[in-house]
Amino acid sequence: MSTAPSGDGKLEHFVSPEPFAPHEDEQLTREQERFYRASQWKVMWWKFRRHRVAVIAAVILALFYASTLVSELIAPYGVATRNITHIYAPPQELRLFHEGRLVGPFVYGYDMQLDMDALIRRYTPNTGQVQPLRFFCRGDAYRFWGLVEANVHLFCPAQGGTVFLMGTDRLGRDLFSRIVYGTRISLTVGLLGIIVSFTIGITLGGISGYFGGRIDTLIQRFIEMVSSFPELPLWMALSAALPVNWSPILVYFGITIILGLLDWPGLARAVRSKLLALREEDFVTAAVLMGAGPGRVIGRHLLPSFTSHLIASATLSVPGMIMGETALSFLGLGLRPPVTSWGVLLNEAQNINVVALYPWLMLAGVPVLIVVLAFNFMGDGLRDAADPYSSATK
Amino acid sequence: MLNYTIRRILIMIPTLLVISLLTFTIIKLPPGDFLSNQIAELQSQGDRSALERAAFLRKQYGLDRPFIEQYATWVGIWPGERGFSGLLQGDWGWSFEYNLPVGEVVGDRLILTFILNFSAILFTWLVAFPIGVYSATRQYSWGDYGLTLLGYVGLATPSFLLALVLMYFANVHFGMSIGGIMDPQYLGQQWSWDKVASVLKHLWIPVIVIGTASTAGMIRRLRANLLDELQKQYVVTARAKGVPRLRLLIKYPLRMALNPFIADIGNLLPSIVSGSAIVAVVLSLQTAGPMLLSALRSQDQYLAGSFLMFMSLLTVFGMFISDLLLAALDPRIRLSGGSVK
Repeated sequence: MSTAPSGDGKLEHFVSPEPFAPHEDEQLTREQERFYRASQWKVMWWKFRRHRVAVIAAVILALFYASTLVSELIAPYGVATRNITHIYAPPQELRLFHEGRLVGPFVYGYDMQLDMDALIRRYTPNTGQVQPLRFFCRGDAYRFWGLVEANVHLFCPAQGGTVFLMGTDRLGRDLFSRIVYGTRISLTVGLLGIIVSFTIGITLGGISGYFGGRIDTLIQRFIEMVSSFPELPLWMALSAALPVNWSPILVYFGITIILGLLDWPGLARAVRSKLLALREEDFVTAAVLMGAGPGRVIGRHLLPSFTSHLIASATLSVPGMIMGETALSFLGLGLRPPVTSWGVLLNEAQNINVVALYPWLMLAGVPVLIVVLAFNFMGDGLRDAADPYSSATK
Repeated sequence: MLNYTIRRILIMIPTLLVISLLTFTIIKLPPGDFLSNQIAELQSQGDRSALERAAFLRKQYGLDRPFIEQYATWVGIWPGERGFSGLLQGDWGWSFEYNLPVGEVVGDRLILTFILNFSAILFTWLVAFPIGVYSATRQYSWGDYGLTLLGYVGLATPSFLLALVLMYFANVHFGMSIGGIMDPQYLGQQWSWDKVASVLKHLWIPVIVIGTASTAGMIRRLRANLLDELQKQYVVTARAKGVPRLRLLIKYPLRMALNPFIADIGNLLPSIVSGSAIVAVVLSLQTAGPMLLSALRSQDQYLAGSFLMFMSLLTVFGMFISDLLLAALDPRIRLSGGSVK
């Protein structure tokens, strides 16, 4: 540190001999370095991963969605296969041990008697009949994805036996198989509906939040109006308006659009409030000064900074749609047979007799419960993870 | 305050107008109308006089007029066949299916719908309040997790299934009549104490079913609000000065966290009205839900329209009242002007 003036009074140019290392004081640990260098999505993933319940929920949902890819394979029976000798048969319990001996997965066969007094069929398990399950076996023929002829199933009943894990309905159709097929419809209804509500929500919320002022007030009023509608009666009215002569597929698309049409206000509100906050950021001003139009500013600079929030709120609104479809189909206003969804299956359980005599028909409500719960838990986890920098994360 | 009230009322008028227009549009969406269906049927039977009656009704209720005119007549801002007679004048229109004015067909249903929804909100509050406070003060305890999970399960159970099961058990264990909001002998009777008692006796199933779905959300919001408050400086200060925990909780943070109970009427009402519609169908309650469903199916347009209108009115007025209450409770809101959601 020699700063002695030289002969003519000027300071000498100083160069420190030490190596240049500005970060010496605040040396980052390897952990910290990893955190600071990670992309936004990576940090979100780390944060999401710590939310144990949300991860479990995500795995469950992934399994459900994966099952829709191979519904035909998983279901032991076809979706419309009738077993006329087993009408309203109760569920068969899956067992492993027969008289203390390991047999592998099997079910006991039924004995059926007609109770002529109560006019119902009484089924009793016959412990003499051990019907071991077969795996990767040939059973009911189906068209895989409606394209390829096949007849391989993950498991089938023993030759001449039956396997009704969740019982049968009034036509003797296996409820488990029908629920597996119904998953395909019920789960995709929510996804398609979300696309509709996303489009409306982002557009309106984006315009409202970006431009502000009078347009904002107008759209806000509109949002308030739509969200003050009681959803279900309106869904009922709209789906009653679907023409009766539409094919089941058209009705399916109609219902998804109806579900999406009323769902967007929450999303629009979220987009707006985020935009209002982000609009004031410096990087937006910079973009505008460089000549970016509103479309580019919203799409290129603003949207990416809250995509994570959007995903979280979308996850939280899928269950509402699944419940909506179930409720509509239950009332007979939604999907109609032969399309099979959980709601259509529950439509059979509309009667109080079902609760008393054939309670297993209500089992179609169980997947609804699981999926809705899973979506809620995963959505909560995602929402917490959506703001990865809000609190210190390791 | 008066200023705020007036402004709030002024906002409500266009809201109701848009809602009525939307309602009417949706009701008219299906092709044809009730009479055209009936005429087709009568024609196949060759019933002359009924045909004429249908044509008369068609003219009387302006079904042959263009859409906008029908709407305006229905609302009562355009003279119809019988002069200005629409919603504004208290005339709900004519129910084709029952051949009676809508007002008479509806009867007790509107009051019962109101009672049902009001009780469901009360139930939600009564259940959500203690649970929310408990969860927030004992955050991350087993009780907190357990109650939260229970709330979620309530949220995720399809309400109609819960209604069916409860109805069955009420019948088996308490010998209650299946379905209905009162014992059958009181239907269509004048209101009396016995009738009220009978309604109260039957009310608990639908109220529990409708309430469970909405309590979960309420618990979560109350818990989050209270947690926010509990972390504030003044709580620490008060504790440091030796204010007992419970007294402190009741005196300060709880009052602050109470806002959502009022503010949430706005969020709560649409979902409760929706929920009560489907539960009422399953339990065949004598409320708006089941009749709306059948009216929608048979295209009984004025009946369906009036019910939809009534349900929306319920939520719009509910929100109005909640906004007013909130403004009275929390001056900050009045000053900033907008309604808080």
